[in-house]
Amino acid sequence: MSGFFKSSVGRKVSMALSAFFLMIFLLQHLTINTMSVISADLFNEVSHFMGTNPLVQFVLQPILIFGVVFHFVMGFILELQNKRARKVSYAKNNGAANSSWMSRNMIWSGVAILAFIVLHFIDFWFPEINTKFIQGDWSGLHDGKFRYFHELQLKFVNPARVAAYCVAFVFLGLHLAHGFTSAFQSVGAASLRKKLNKVGLAYAILVPLGFIIVALFHHLSYNH
Amino acid sequence: MNLTLKIWRQKDANSKGQMVDYKVTDISEHMSFLEMMDVLNEQLISKGEEPVSFDHDCREGICGMCSMYINGEAHGPDRGVTTCQLHMRMFNDGDTITIEPWRATAFPVIKDLVVDRSAFDRIQHAGGYISVNTSGNTQDANAIPIAKEAADKAMDAATCIGCGACVATCKNSSAMLFVGAKVSQYALLPQGQVEAADRVRKMVAQMDLEGFGNCTNTGACEIECPKGISLDNIARMNRELMKASV
Amino acid sequence: MALESKVPQGPLKDKWTDYKNKINLVNPANKRHIDVIVVGTGLAGGSASATLAELGYNVKAFAYQDSPRRAHSIAAQGGINAAKNYQGDGDSTYRLFYDTVKGGDYRSREANVYRLAEVSANIIDQCVAQGVPFARDYGGLLDNRSFGGVLVSRTFYAKGQTGQQLLLGAYSAMNRQIARGKIEMFNRHEMLDLVIVDGKARGIIARNLVTGEIERHSAHAVVIASGGYGNVYFLSTNAMGSNVTAAWKVHKKGAYFANPCYTQIHPTCIPRSGDYQSKLTLMSESLRNDGRIWVPKNMDDVIAIREGRKKPTDLSEEERDYYLERRYPAFGNLVPRDVASRAAKERCDAGYGVNATGEAVYLDFASAIERYGKEEAKVKGISNPSKEKITELGEKIVEAKYGNLFQMYEKIVDQNPYKTPMMIYPAVHYTMGGVWVDYNLMTTIPGCYAIGEANFSDHGANRLGASALMQGLADGYFVLPYTIGDYLADDIRTGKISTDLPEFEEAEKDVKKRINFFINNKGKNSVDYYHKKLGNIMWNKCGMSRNEAGLKEAIEEISALRKDFWENVSVPGGANEYNEELAKAGRVADFLELGELFAKDALQREESAGGHFREEHQTEEGEAKRRKEFQYVSAWEYKGEPKDAVLHKEPLVYENIEVKERSYK
Repeated sequence: MSGFFKSSVGRKVSMALSAFFLMIFLLQHLTINTMSVISADLFNEVSHFMGTNPLVQFVLQPILIFGVVFHFVMGFILELQNKRARKVSYAKNNGAANSSWMSRNMIWSGVAILAFIVLHFIDFWFPEINTKFIQGDWSGLHDGKFRYFHELQLKFVNPARVAAYCVAFVFLGLHLAHGFTSAFQSVGAASLRKKLNKVGLAYAILVPLGFIIVALFHHLSYNH
Repeated sequence: MNLTLKIWRQKDANSKGQMVDYKVTDISEHMSFLEMMDVLNEQLISKGEEPVSFDHDCREGICGMCSMYINGEAHGPDRGVTTCQLHMRMFNDGDTITIEPWRATAFPVIKDLVVDRSAFDRIQHAGGYISVNTSGNTQDANAIPIAKEAADKAMDAATCIGCGACVATCKNSSAMLFVGAKVSQYALLPQGQVEAADRVRKMVAQMDLEGFGNCTNTGACEIECPKGISLDNIARMNRELMKASV
Repeated sequence: MALESKVPQGPLKDKWTDYKNKINLVNPANKRHIDVIVVGTGLAGGSASATLAELGYNVKAFAYQDSPRRAHSIAAQGGINAAKNYQGDGDSTYRLFYDTVKGGDYRSREANVYRLAEVSANIIDQCVAQGVPFARDYGGLLDNRSFGGVLVSRTFYAKGQTGQQLLLGAYSAMNRQIARGKIEMFNRHEMLDLVIVDGKARGIIARNLVTGEIERHSAHAVVIASGGYGNVYFLSTNAMGSNVTAAWKVHKKGAYFANPCYTQIHPTCIPRSGDYQSKLTLMSESLRNDGRIWVPKNMDDVIAIREGRKKPTDLSEEERDYYLERRYPAFGNLVPRDVASRAAKERCDAGYGVNATGEAVYLDFASAIERYGKEEAKVKGISNPSKEKITELGEKIVEAKYGNLFQMYEKIVDQNPYKTPMMIYPAVHYTMGGVWVDYNLMTTIPGCYAIGEANFSDHGANRLGASALMQGLADGYFVLPYTIGDYLADDIRTGKISTDLPEFEEAEKDVKKRINFFINNKGKNSVDYYHKKLGNIMWNKCGMSRNEAGLKEAIEEISALRKDFWENVSVPGGANEYNEELAKAGRVADFLELGELFAKDALQREESAGGHFREEHQTEEGEAKRRKEFQYVSAWEYKGEPKDAVLHKEPLVYENIEVKERSYK
């Protein structure tokens, strides 16, 4: 089995498996984000649960981080290999004739998403880790109230940040537009790939759009 | 029609190459692309220059020798054809046509547009066969009925001509369509089952050893393949390798 | 040297079995010490290499292509014959034997053909075991189609790519042996001479086509499987690289060359479109199963069509001349190739050709589409289907059967053959003549064998469709591997043959001399210039019909052209590099000699038989007229210039088949 994951096919399968995991995670993330639009209290409740539940914090969170890191690192390794597989490039290459822009530029949409994740970590995850693990404050309270919704809204005040988020989500959409069905192909489910073409497209549009709507909602709804 | 050709010239594997411009005139639209190249070469020979070397043999789209990257596409702009079946009616008077060899580290240039595709042979040596001796008393050909659908699918995979357009087209220089087609042909037939696990492991290992890139499912290979080999074959190879590995 | 065919005694049907039981074998431990060179890796060479290696011999295989899988066998479309009688239509070994001898116009060796028919069934078994995906019916059993010149369905096929699939099967068998180290494969290598030591073939001189290096390779036997010489016509359905060089070199070293004038002009090829044409493309004979061949009845319509005023589909049934159905009611569109080709030529010579060059007839699928459409409508339970529906359904069936051929046609001609009839014209396709071999497939040089299309073969004066694949694989899988053992049994103590022997040195020196001549000649004409000129002479004077005056002219013209070639040919580039022009120059030099021998043979054969049609010898209806006194194989011995070649005759005796007027009426 270890031989399998060293092979090109095995690595491709591992990329797909990590992608499936991340795509499920995205749905979960979007669901919670959407709650913030519906009800601040609900969002606070769920956020507190996710932020303090030991299973989530000490099991799921490391898995998620591993999944993200793995997907990126493996993506870069494969990309380097791919570059080495063609040392002299074509003087003229018409990639658009036979493949989508998305499929040819997964590395760039991926890099854009990575840049976004760094920003996102600075915005939310690092402060959160700081509060919980360094300051040891697991109460989730600020001035006696849950702090999550308020913090969220504060983050979307700055239009530059909102714009950066929106652009990143567009890249996420482009990445998913190819990635969703591609993952099925990689694990050998070619017929599912074809059946899920529309589902994949819908996922690639709706999920990032959802994130964008949430971001814009908070930007527009916040009262200064 | 009159055309400007930009062609990769490279003396041998160790020399540096470059793009060189040529002009050809009075090209008929009924000519095949290679006949147009013949005209150019006759012209070069009559001027005492070296003709452009390119691989070609059957000129009817089945041997898989011809291999030109024309205007940024393997076998040029037409679909479902090899370079030898590409006709000049696909171009217009005054066009500039860029002609390059297949580009892949695993396919080193031998001269001009000629590349070394022996990597494909080595992948086949690794497992592209069913171990059966010639004896004259193998069982009767009709002893095992094979469902028409499986036989047809195996045939579709087996139509691969090994030209390497998939590798040339793939942005990653991946050979998975080729290897997938070979693995699939045998995987779909009862005769191929006994050695299936071993075969796919060995062929994939050899493919990786040759320095081909990884598949990212862009689907470009399927579009440019002159025989329309389906991406399903790659998926099948992936399944076969997973099956072989558990 | 007298010709000894070495056909074993005994009743026809037991000859091969009895012979196999008695010939010498080499024990497995000794095979390890014996090397065999195989030149060419098509169906014959590939299958022979694999089988010899399986048996334990050390095989060195040579191909001028970059991989054995690209040999021109790959282009065979229609199918492979085998006397399996899976369709229960009365087929048998005898019937296949009979059809082949009759199809060959009674100019082949009885015992060889019977053996071919006998092993034909084994070929199918072997190929299926290798994973060749032959077409199957819904019950999962093998499907058959029928081919020209026979009344049964015995042709196995894999879409329109049967040759490809069979070659890939042989190639896969080779791969297994290459992986085991039993076959050493030399791709992009061309054999340039045979080395004879003490009267036996002991090796070859080959040129590495990438580096230009001249290499010596030794072996205990040399097998020539380099295919046919159709490219002597310049335009043919052969691959651009197909050549006679290997066969011609062994001829020059002492192997007799048999029946060079027997050439097959295939009736269904895409007509040529201009002078720039580099090769012709075959449309499988299987198309004649469903296509009907015709030209307009009236000259007015011919002219109207040529001028574009009328379309072929405008003509009513009454205005069409389905000349094959008219002349040969029993076989109709499925007459043998030579008959179909001559009939097309006859119509076009009479002025009824339907394209601008006047060299094309129609192959029409409209009635097949209608017939299949109606059948399919019934199967699907559609009552009173519209004409459009019928056409739609019918086109689907035709597409399933011949889709790839139709697509190929459309790509080349830019016309949709589902909607308008195809245009076809005969083209050079296969050469029945070749290196003379005995029953063991050994040439007149001890230890030098010739198999597949390279030998003068089992097809007599005309080959039936789907029989080339059968013969190539029969020779390679089932005949040569046995018969070569009989010879090699004497070589178990010989040990490795040294390539330092003076004979190797001498041969290498000659090869290098010739290469240096080409490189240094700096003449004024390209190699293709000569090849095209030769092709023109051959097509016009040694083509579908030949006559004494024309053949005499051809001999003179080829001889003069050859002289010119050696004075004025120009080969750019150097000797020690990849140089396609240099490789071509050597091949054309050999074609220029073969062409003359070809014409000489055609002149000598004062009869019409199969593909060889002498205008002086025809019936009142214009059919080929055989002559009893020519019932022999013409085997030519090299004596310097082709004109000095000496004729040896191998009489053909028919004990198991009655020699009759060949009739397909």
